[in-house]
Amino acid sequence: MKKTLMIATVAATAAMSAQFASAARDYISIVGSSTVYPFATVVAERFGRSSGFTTPKIESTGSGGGMKIFCQGVGLQHPDVTNASRRMKSSEFELCKKNGVKDIVEVQIGYDGLAVANSVKGADMDLSLRDLYLALAKDVPNPNGSEELVPNPYKTWKQVNPALPDVEIEVVGPPPTSGTRDSFNELGIEGGCKTYSWLKALKGSDKSRYKAVCRSIREDGHYIEAGENDNLIVQKLEANPNALGVFGYSFLEENTAIVKPVKIAGVEPGMETVSSGEYPMSRSMYFYVKKAHVGVVPGIKEYVNEFTNERAWGTSGYLVDKGLIPSADNERRQWAAQAKGMKTMTGKEFH
Amino acid sequence: MNKTTEKVRQTLAKRYRSEKRFRAFGIASITLGLLALVILFTDIIGKGHSAFIEHRVTLEVSFDADVLQISDVNDADQVTYGNYIAAIRAAMSEQFPEVQNRSERKQLNGLISSSAEFELRDMLRADHSLLGQSRTVSLQLDDAADLFFKASPGKRDGVRVTDLQKSWLLTLEERDLVTSGFNQSLFTRGDSREPEQAGMLGAILGSLFTMMVTLVLSFPIGVAAAIYLEEFAPKNKFTDFIEVNINNLAAVPSIIFGLLGVSIFIGLFGMPRSIPLVGGIVLTLMTLPTIIISSRAAIKAVPPSIRQAAMGLGASNMQVVLHHVLPLALPGMLTGAIIGMAQALGETAPLLMIGMVAFIVELPAGPVDPATVLPVQIFLWAGSPEQAFVALTSAAIMVLLAFLITMNTIAVLLRKRLERRW
Repeated sequence: MKKTLMIATVAATAAMSAQFASAARDYISIVGSSTVYPFATVVAERFGRSSGFTTPKIESTGSGGGMKIFCQGVGLQHPDVTNASRRMKSSEFELCKKNGVKDIVEVQIGYDGLAVANSVKGADMDLSLRDLYLALAKDVPNPNGSEELVPNPYKTWKQVNPALPDVEIEVVGPPPTSGTRDSFNELGIEGGCKTYSWLKALKGSDKSRYKAVCRSIREDGHYIEAGENDNLIVQKLEANPNALGVFGYSFLEENTAIVKPVKIAGVEPGMETVSSGEYPMSRSMYFYVKKAHVGVVPGIKEYVNEFTNERAWGTSGYLVDKGLIPSADNERRQWAAQAKGMKTMTGKEFH
Repeated sequence: MNKTTEKVRQTLAKRYRSEKRFRAFGIASITLGLLALVILFTDIIGKGHSAFIEHRVTLEVSFDADVLQISDVNDADQVTYGNYIAAIRAAMSEQFPEVQNRSERKQLNGLISSSAEFELRDMLRADHSLLGQSRTVSLQLDDAADLFFKASPGKRDGVRVTDLQKSWLLTLEERDLVTSGFNQSLFTRGDSREPEQAGMLGAILGSLFTMMVTLVLSFPIGVAAAIYLEEFAPKNKFTDFIEVNINNLAAVPSIIFGLLGVSIFIGLFGMPRSIPLVGGIVLTLMTLPTIIISSRAAIKAVPPSIRQAAMGLGASNMQVVLHHVLPLALPGMLTGAIIGMAQALGETAPLLMIGMVAFIVELPAGPVDPATVLPVQIFLWAGSPEQAFVALTSAAIMVLLAFLITMNTIAVLLRKRLERRW
């Protein structure tokens, strides 16, 4: 009994390893941002159905994790494309270069807005970035007006800004591991922090202190971490009309029956306001292609073409139905041309 | 009456009371457990049952050669790239001839799932004589339209369809063109970003392949280790050390095994990411301690008299083990293996590291094709923005629970069937 089992095990393992050693990869392997994931998957599926190539495989690893795996090297065991909800950092570009990934093609996909929202049963609100900063930062300027930082003393919105309702500050949002949280810290909290000239001056004199002050969120229970799942945040808002939530714009669009947007500096998030930059909390999304794999793994060029096609990312393309906010017409043309020509990054992108 | 009896009499009522209290605590904790289970199940079934149903619309579609732009039906390329959307649009505007304006037409066409054109393509592929004819076809509706029909009339306002779309859907319903039926794609397709087309067959197959690899590797290794440790190994500090480590491994968080998998199997051996083979190996590492521990317990439960009798009749050590101990201990070992498998089936954390948390549309054909597993599918669907995925998530949970219940029932039955008492 034991003997036959052993033989079967050895035979099975040998057969399997022989199989994968001989198999070349016939599908595109994509990693990266969970923010880009809902868009990339739609493109991949359409691409697979209409082109006859195998549907690409897309892992949701987060922007940073994706870059790490992508920059591991050239070869079929490494992914061909990585998605990111921010631009590649120069450190990541260096890592890629060090591992032999020298030719990388960068493509900007479009924008994603960060929405602050509350239940449809809640009050209509209009927050400035400074309100957001004062309500959520860990340390804020002393309310008496002196130029010193004190632990955040605000308990209700009315204390932050007398024009706001007298309800407790309760904001449900993503945890620090999330790319959405990074963007919120950068665009929302830091955006409000910068409105104090003496804090802004810190950026020049002590950059790490500036980041610590302007990008940290209070931990005393007024900001509630809800996990990476944006659907969960929506559910929590439904249950508590006084709470605000922070999540991606596409979730707002899908759930307009349950939640409504909070205006930021008087602007409501929407197609036009986000792509024009009028809405202050929007970020651009990218994907990066390993040029050395083009022609080795079948279909990469065609996949990029499908993504940069007007029927996908254009103003009436199918990605718009999924919540993508398209780039401006001339930007799209420029990126599409770069993608078509497989123009690689020079390293000067990081100014 | 002596003193002791007196004392017993006095405390009797108190002791009865305390026993009653003890029983009541037991019943209360079981009730609490059952209550939690009932709440969980009602929530999941309440949310998920609607995913098993889908709505379709019956339309008269004409396979007109000019509309489809197919001149030669025997040319495979032409059939593949035919303009089926145009045929569907024509059929829709036949129902609503008053819709002319471009944005309204877009809304109208948005009611039909994007899978419809592929359904038509497959029909034409299967039967070339369809070209130039008309057929009554039932086409899949888009997820929003499907949700609209699933919602009770009072709740239809919450569904993400425009007022115009609402009126068209109601018209279609009045004309008796909307049918509901079992959602087959749920069990015949791989993942999709369109909720109405998403299925879990890919994840079920992936789970199956992963479990196969895990079983083939972990059971023989686990049983061999248990037999050696229990029957042959000398009892010394070194074997004690091994025992402590095995027990320790059983308590290591599963994500650690994932990290090990990514650095050794993918990094060092260059195995591809996202394949059930690597997933199975990682889960083997995780289930091995469970199997070894339960197998050792099963071997220990075989009475020494059996061994002694066999030896007395002249059997060698190995014959004793293989002919007598192993067959008697096997039911216990199998139970342990099944419980270990059930644990592995519900595991996601280690698979996250080795890339099995991925969007994979194609159905895997073997353990080296990229695949995902059921719990990962649940995780991915739970994070998708479309409303219809809420129901799909719960449906996938129901399927996973069904698998787990089946496996655990088999384990209980095996134990009942094969168990021997001495």
